[in-house]
Amino acid sequence: MADAAETIADIAVIGAGPAGASAAIEAAEIGLSVILFDEQARAGGQVWRARGPAIRSAPSSPESRDGDVLRQRLDASAATRLFRHRVWQIQPETPGWTIFSAGPEGPVSHRVKSVILATGAQERVFPVPGWTLPGVIGLAAATALMKGEMMLPGRRVLVAGAGPLLPYVAHEIHRHGGEVVAIADLNLFGDWLRCLPAMARRPDLALRGAGWLAALRKAGIPYLYGMGVRHISGKCQVEHVEIGPVDAAWSPVDDGDIRRFDVDAVVLGHGLSPAIEATRMLDCRHVYDPAAGGWRVETDAAGRTTIDGIYACGDGAGILGVAAAPLRGRIAARAAAGDLGKTCATGDLQRDLATAGGFGRAMTSLTVPRAGILGQISPDTIVCRCEGLTRADVEAGISGGGVSPNALKSETRCGMGPCGGRFCRETAAMLTAAMTGSDIAEIGLPTGRPPLRPLPVVAVTGDFDYDELPIPAPSPL
Amino acid sequence: MSTDFDIAIVGGGIMGAGAGLQVARGGMRTVLLEQGDVGQGASGVNAGTLSLQIKRVKLMEYALRGHREWQGMGAEVEFRETGGFTLAFTDREAALLQERMTMKREAGAPIEFVSPNEVATREPGLNRQIVAASWCPADGFANSSLTGRYYRKRLIAEGVDLRERTAVTAIRRDGGGFILATPSGEIRVRRLLLACGGWLKQAAAMIGLDLPVRARVNTVSVTERGPRLVSSVIGHATGLLTLKQKANGTVLIGGGWQGLGQPGEGGDRGRVNAASVLPNLRLARYAVPGLSELRIVRSWTGFEANVPDFYPLAGAAPGIENAFLLGCVRGGYTIGPYISRLMGDFILGRETELPLFDPARDFIEEKQP
Repeated sequence: MADAAETIADIAVIGAGPAGASAAIEAAEIGLSVILFDEQARAGGQVWRARGPAIRSAPSSPESRDGDVLRQRLDASAATRLFRHRVWQIQPETPGWTIFSAGPEGPVSHRVKSVILATGAQERVFPVPGWTLPGVIGLAAATALMKGEMMLPGRRVLVAGAGPLLPYVAHEIHRHGGEVVAIADLNLFGDWLRCLPAMARRPDLALRGAGWLAALRKAGIPYLYGMGVRHISGKCQVEHVEIGPVDAAWSPVDDGDIRRFDVDAVVLGHGLSPAIEATRMLDCRHVYDPAAGGWRVETDAAGRTTIDGIYACGDGAGILGVAAAPLRGRIAARAAAGDLGKTCATGDLQRDLATAGGFGRAMTSLTVPRAGILGQISPDTIVCRCEGLTRADVEAGISGGGVSPNALKSETRCGMGPCGGRFCRETAAMLTAAMTGSDIAEIGLPTGRPPLRPLPVVAVTGDFDYDELPIPAPSPL
Repeated sequence: MSTDFDIAIVGGGIMGAGAGLQVARGGMRTVLLEQGDVGQGASGVNAGTLSLQIKRVKLMEYALRGHREWQGMGAEVEFRETGGFTLAFTDREAALLQERMTMKREAGAPIEFVSPNEVATREPGLNRQIVAASWCPADGFANSSLTGRYYRKRLIAEGVDLRERTAVTAIRRDGGGFILATPSGEIRVRRLLLACGGWLKQAAAMIGLDLPVRARVNTVSVTERGPRLVSSVIGHATGLLTLKQKANGTVLIGGGWQGLGQPGEGGDRGRVNAASVLPNLRLARYAVPGLSELRIVRSWTGFEANVPDFYPLAGAAPGIENAFLLGCVRGGYTIGPYISRLMGDFILGRETELPLFDPARDFIEEKQP
């Protein structure tokens, strides 16, 4: 049994992506004892994902090179690294926190003084008829497949949705030898143009994007602006997809120009939202900030949340992208170190962050959901995948009085499956807002609870002796 | 003096909603104020166990009648009478089981003792280390998350003015009645029923009462959907495990393990304590080894109010005319639909079928479990 905390360290960092790993390296350099947790086998997170064993010898990419640098620096750092550890509970102690995780050798717990959360982003995909067919995957999921395994999402692929991942994913599919039939972007070219000033401040990143677009044009792949997916169909998997024009609010427009493609995969995504399970569970204050990906934890400029000793950085604290993430990690580490009595200034890092963050903010602005997107969800389209609930089911629950997230769960079970509402929460909130005339900020969030990820009972409970279970006295007769 | 309502009920759990239905049916103009959503406190987040084997001896009559109410609520709350086994894995637990179940049987619960072999035949998914077991065919469960939906519909149908997400911030006397302050204005009423579970202490303080109420913070966990492991409610001789697999395949694990926090301390439903949830899950896994590979999707807590003697508060508020209290019912989910109806009858001036539990009594401290 590993219920009693084994180790005492200054700082736990949860998540070894660009933000978390940078935070861990920084804190260790300052001289703090650090324990870094990640559920993957290696550091890098999503964007700087380490390549799987089967493709180690494949040619490098900018992302894999940046990731390798980070991994080398982390290997050289004094931070304790716990990979393949799923953190499931973070519990307040007096003083400090206990981190409960399930690792390769069973469940463990660690007592720390402060916690830096670098839990990253989760993908946002708005439902559309047929989106639950095999062969439909998220934009970010497609990047994970290609970076980690060099696996294509399909042979003939439509790439659709919104945001900077559209040209990147289309380009990567093409580069790896897949066929991209078209890119359907809900935004107009003008929406992208509005981002130019912010993009110009990071010409390195802007040039890469321009390179993707040029390569796509050269390959004759149509990039269709102001177009959304109408319908995905197929017998047992994706076979056809229809796209059509949308208006400025992303509502489908009924004036012809419906295009139909035969495909075996649709890569669909509408940006990223901060992964807030941990900060919700800890009762940190959250704000609804569509420009940062939706609900995010409230922090000061250095990443301090509203709860002493809990810090948040990287996309988990609001989507600003990979250029900003390492800086945000380092700033949070310095803030945490400062609060533990070390002296460290963050001014220089804040200046760099202003530039990098501006770029990320502009890219995120392309993914802020517009009200019309609900128009792509027909009444019989599944909204809550885990529980198999359609839009009509969810709307019936809202009409029945389920106008808060917790009450909607009771009415319908929406969000009560293994995903814990990660996939449906935002759609359900938008439907509630539309039906009740309220706004999403008022609707709020459902109660955050452990485990942070679904975990097998055996992984959480480990080995134990029945005779040693601390069974209290029975209840009164 | 003119009033807006004959009665205001503070709290929209089973207690408040059940009493509200009864007084509205009796002709009272009723307003029900709930700080959150109806049925979202303990009434909606408990494990849904309707087990006579875990009811207190002196409350058995109430539990039996409450059980009948749930039977009547039926499919709308996913009521299922599966029967339930209570298990003992050691000789000490077997002695405890023998003593406790004998007393509960004498109090009217149809409990019988069954051999470990019979348990193994009827529930092959259970650990074979059973030393002794009892069975109650009347045990079962309902889906507590449907409580709110069930009562909301009926409250509206009975003409109760239902105000959800409306917290009462102050209460003051107004002649023989009361004025309740809420963020959306004042409400003038003739009578007042406080039925707000874990928040009873805070609410009673608004009318000048200091109740010795303390909340227990019960923990429940649920797994993902899995293959059939058990078909009845599974309990433990100590009462520290309740386990059932619902029709959709998810397994609910409870048993009164204690979380952290108290009402009003931030966080409106308490927090999960790993030091409780771990032994709770281990006990469950020991009883049902097939649980091992199923994933835990969520653990949560809810507040259950108690007074030192662990008997209900149900009756007139001591020294305050036209004010009533209802809460602190151990086994409140099972008993709630019944005792709330009794409370409604009491407020209506009718004879109650069984006696209520006078809040003015002297509380004799029971040993804290």
